Amino acid sequence: MEREPTPLQRLVADFARSRLALAGLALLALILLAAVFAPLIAPQNPYDLAQLDVLDGRLPPGSKSGNGLTFWLGSDDQGRDILSGIFYGLRISLLVGVVSTLCALAIGLAAGLCAAYFGGRTDSVIMRLVDIQLSFPSILIALILLALLGQGVDKTIFALIMVQWAYYARTVRATALIERGKEYIEAAMCLALPPARIVLRHLLPNCLPPLIVVATVQVAAAIALEATLSYLGIGVPITEPSLGLLIKNGFDYMLAGQYWISFYPGVALLLTIVAINLVADRLRDVLNPRLQQ
Amino acid sequence: MAAFVIRRLLQSVLVLWLMSLLVFVGVYAIGNPVDILINPQADQADIARAIAALGLDQPLWQQYLTFLRQALLGDLGKSFAYNIPALQLILERMPATLELALAAAAVAVLLGIPLGLWAGLAPDSWAGKLIMSGSILGFSLPTFWVGLLLIMLFAVELGWLPSGGRGPTSLLLGIPVSFLSWEGIRHLILPATNLALFKLSLIIRLTQAGTREALLQDYVKFARAKGLSNARVVGVHVLKNILIPIVTVIGLEFGSVIAFAIVTESIFGWPGMGKLIIDSINVLDRPVIVAYLLIVVSLFILINLAVDIVYSLLDPRVRLGGATD
Amino acid sequence: MAVRTARFALSCLVCVALSLAGALSAVAAELRIGLAADVTSLDPHFLNVAPNNDAAWHIFDALVHVDANARLIPGLAVSWRAINPTTWEFKLRKGVKFHDGSDFTAEDVIFSLERPATLAASPGPFSGFVKAIVAKKIIDPWTLQLKTAVPYAMLPYDLDSIFIVSKKAAAGASTEDFNSGKAAIGTGPYKLLRFARGDRIELARNDAYWGGKSPWDKVTLRILPADTARIAALLAGDVDAIESIPTADLTRLKANPNFRLEQKVSWRTMLLHMDQYRDHPPHLADKAGKPLAKNPFKDARVRLAISKAINRKAIVERVMEGNAIAAGNLVSPPVFGHVAALKAESYDPQAAKQLLAAAGFPDGFALTLDAPNDRYVNDEQIAQAVAQMLARIGIRIKVETMPASVYFAKARAGDFSFALLGWGSFSGDLALRALVATQNAATGYGAWNWGHYSNPKLDALLEQDFATLNDDKREALACEAATLALKDTPVILLHHQLASWAMKKSLTYAARTDEYTFARDFRPR
Repeated sequence: MEREPTPLQRLVADFARSRLALAGLALLALILLAAVFAPLIAPQNPYDLAQLDVLDGRLPPGSKSGNGLTFWLGSDDQGRDILSGIFYGLRISLLVGVVSTLCALAIGLAAGLCAAYFGGRTDSVIMRLVDIQLSFPSILIALILLALLGQGVDKTIFALIMVQWAYYARTVRATALIERGKEYIEAAMCLALPPARIVLRHLLPNCLPPLIVVATVQVAAAIALEATLSYLGIGVPITEPSLGLLIKNGFDYMLAGQYWISFYPGVALLLTIVAINLVADRLRDVLNPRLQQ
Repeated sequence: MAAFVIRRLLQSVLVLWLMSLLVFVGVYAIGNPVDILINPQADQADIARAIAALGLDQPLWQQYLTFLRQALLGDLGKSFAYNIPALQLILERMPATLELALAAAAVAVLLGIPLGLWAGLAPDSWAGKLIMSGSILGFSLPTFWVGLLLIMLFAVELGWLPSGGRGPTSLLLGIPVSFLSWEGIRHLILPATNLALFKLSLIIRLTQAGTREALLQDYVKFARAKGLSNARVVGVHVLKNILIPIVTVIGLEFGSVIAFAIVTESIFGWPGMGKLIIDSINVLDRPVIVAYLLIVVSLFILINLAVDIVYSLLDPRVRLGGATD
Repeated sequence: MAVRTARFALSCLVCVALSLAGALSAVAAELRIGLAADVTSLDPHFLNVAPNNDAAWHIFDALVHVDANARLIPGLAVSWRAINPTTWEFKLRKGVKFHDGSDFTAEDVIFSLERPATLAASPGPFSGFVKAIVAKKIIDPWTLQLKTAVPYAMLPYDLDSIFIVSKKAAAGASTEDFNSGKAAIGTGPYKLLRFARGDRIELARNDAYWGGKSPWDKVTLRILPADTARIAALLAGDVDAIESIPTADLTRLKANPNFRLEQKVSWRTMLLHMDQYRDHPPHLADKAGKPLAKNPFKDARVRLAISKAINRKAIVERVMEGNAIAAGNLVSPPVFGHVAALKAESYDPQAAKQLLAAAGFPDGFALTLDAPNDRYVNDEQIAQAVAQMLARIGIRIKVETMPASVYFAKARAGDFSFALLGWGSFSGDLALRALVATQNAATGYGAWNWGHYSNPKLDALLEQDFATLNDDKREALACEAATLALKDTPVILLHHQLASWAMKKSLTYAARTDEYTFARDFRPR
């Protein structure tokens, strides 16, 4: 008699049915490895100014630095090896993107579910706060934080959470309002189940699918938003560039023909986000019971 | 319905008040415009005089009360940098931004929903896969970078489109618009594309996901079983069901397009509100920042109100204002 | 017969067409310039920032002008002299007419000198330039006497900043009246046609201009703040000339045969301020993070060591791509008070290390270097390059960069111990007064002396300088003061940047040290 596969085995098998998703997973694994082991594989520590020499600045791909290091993807204006910069930048970008999205998602979920479930005054207060938050420009939030707290990756993450939670809150509330009107919730309420149980066990799972779509897009958006803050001069510190900041720094040299400073980090960012989304798309499909019939 | 709208408008007053307070405290925390704009040869006394002349030496609460008193009389103050009423300055720039935002939203919706439907109805086809993979491109690159690439390709290398600025305007119902002339449209194409890209991807993905969900719902199966035509099933039953999250997002995103066309406007030199707000933030021109945010938050409130009303029209199960009241 | 008539008619037509074309090309002498910053208002007495002044210089004149080398030359005043220690007499130019045809008189000057004080509610008022004047007297329609409370040598310099408006047109006028053109009646080389805020300013030639006719019938100043958009506009032929070229793009433009580049050393000097007044400046510690026993910047040997550790040649050649010159003075070479004998500190990391050791810091120390990231040419890159170089002598530096909106408030609040500043001055003594004289709110000295360097001898010398009304004597004093102060390394001087303009091959521009872009100085070749 054949053994019934465990749910996890079934999930893996389902996932593996899409070759595109597998390719995405492999790519994502490579990227994560590169990010985690950046200090071991990078030819240079791009965050240590003492290792850089401005005389090696803006060398094209394949050039050698003053002390014999080969810049396979060229160097930036400070003599920073672009390849090493990409490895290290990946860490910062992924950290910023994932952490800020997860935190914002958690806050947004809680706020959105509360608003939808309790309605009335709670709903009004939360949603009006959302309105305020949504109209507050991210650049102003980031500037205020910069003035009050100073510069740093953690402050950038904080700014991004502040900017993003409201998106989730509104999306969650919209979905939860529909679910709330459905029979199964009304049945649960008739049974006088505790609100926490209804929200967590019944409302939350049914609100997740559209949210996952938004969240996977938002990880990418958060990384891009961080790049935009860097473009405006209020992102991560200039000496610890993320992928976005590398792109921004190279931006000034694009018209001058020194494309590699901006181009290769751009490609790295693109690949990262494509990989995340290929995997996330497939995960969403296999996790959704209704699509598995 | 009327009671709902009235209650919502009353809440808005509170929101506006809270917003103005937040901006005041926030800008105060950043610094003051005199430090940025004063002439380098000025000495300490000149600086102190300039700060006092603008009333920036008073305690924050006093500055705020002065603002509040004038705001209640409909006066949001004069811009520090432009020396004309902040409201006038913003309204002057608003048509340019609205035009750009509407053009971008139109591109996103008109392309996004059909493409998303297509990808959702045929998820395993080549076209479906292509659309979905392509949509990833739309949000994986920072807007400013895509903007520059567009300029380099279409303005500098090919020379097909202008590199920036707004085309000649003509009056339509008293509002200066630029899309009525070919030259104006040429100026509009690149910035609108740049701005639309992210929203387009988002709408494609939401529509695709919603469509796939909806196709498995019992009522769609039932409708099919009843022998309704495919077009009718998709056009009426599927579309109607997936519209709620999409309308939310469109509402949200339209607001954000208006408010934060900042990057696109500065790269393309588009003389709109986004350009104005970034200039004003750079010199901490508080009256403009406050007035701008009050206008934007009002816009958001109106859009959200409209979205909520659309919900209730699309889905009778959603009661306006939540369920308990 | 018919053929001949036709031929005759045709040749007539050709003649007419040719002469028309000739006339048209003469009529169409239009110049379109891409400016790098927004002009917020055309009221010349409201906000004293370079973009506004640049636009105002097209429409208005001042009593005193500066030439391309930032030296004073006659403007609406043909001459000026001190008739006694506290009285300056200005002879006004005769026969000058405003754009509306009315005569320019001493009345207009008095009105223009008084107007800035009525517009004090501005974050950058002009009132500072007229505060020294305690009395004004019209001797005759072409002679004006201005009294100051104490001997004050800088009055002619200050009057370069006060634009002369028409009393008739500007009495009671608001900023809006200037923007609309109603009150924007000056004596300058161009008349205002249209001001489209945030987009463009359209000007027409003033045929009656006293300073000679401009070659351009019409001038359009387009506001193109985004560097890429401005350059793309030039490359695409949407404008004829642009100002403020990013260094990254200069090399490429130089090589392009369709365009010409004009450059001149700018009056702007980049320098680093060091905290020399607190015992424990912020962010300054040993490399383990423990506070230092004393503030190293208080020791002149440490300051000199830092100066010697900086490879200015590398900054000039690599970071600035050759568009700067290493600085040994607070002001750049053409400017009043520049001391040619003061050379840029030579790069000598070995000597720097020895100096550090002699000062008691053989292992160096750690600190934060702050810099703006949207204010000066390549400000972020300069700060990082400095940090690299100091790392080589054992000083570990964290670089923090931020927008000017946050930066200057923090600098003024004393949040920095090592910070980048760019400075432009008409004269060396003014730069010394603002940057290195002892901070004193009562006298206005040291307003931008973030490091609180203090040298009583220098202060005394400067006081003597500003009371010396003879230019030659004053320049000697200014040079003496500069030599005295810079011996101490009160600030770290980096470089003077070059100002750049790019234009079509068929144009030339008389490049200016004060970085202004004037349509009248563009000429067809």
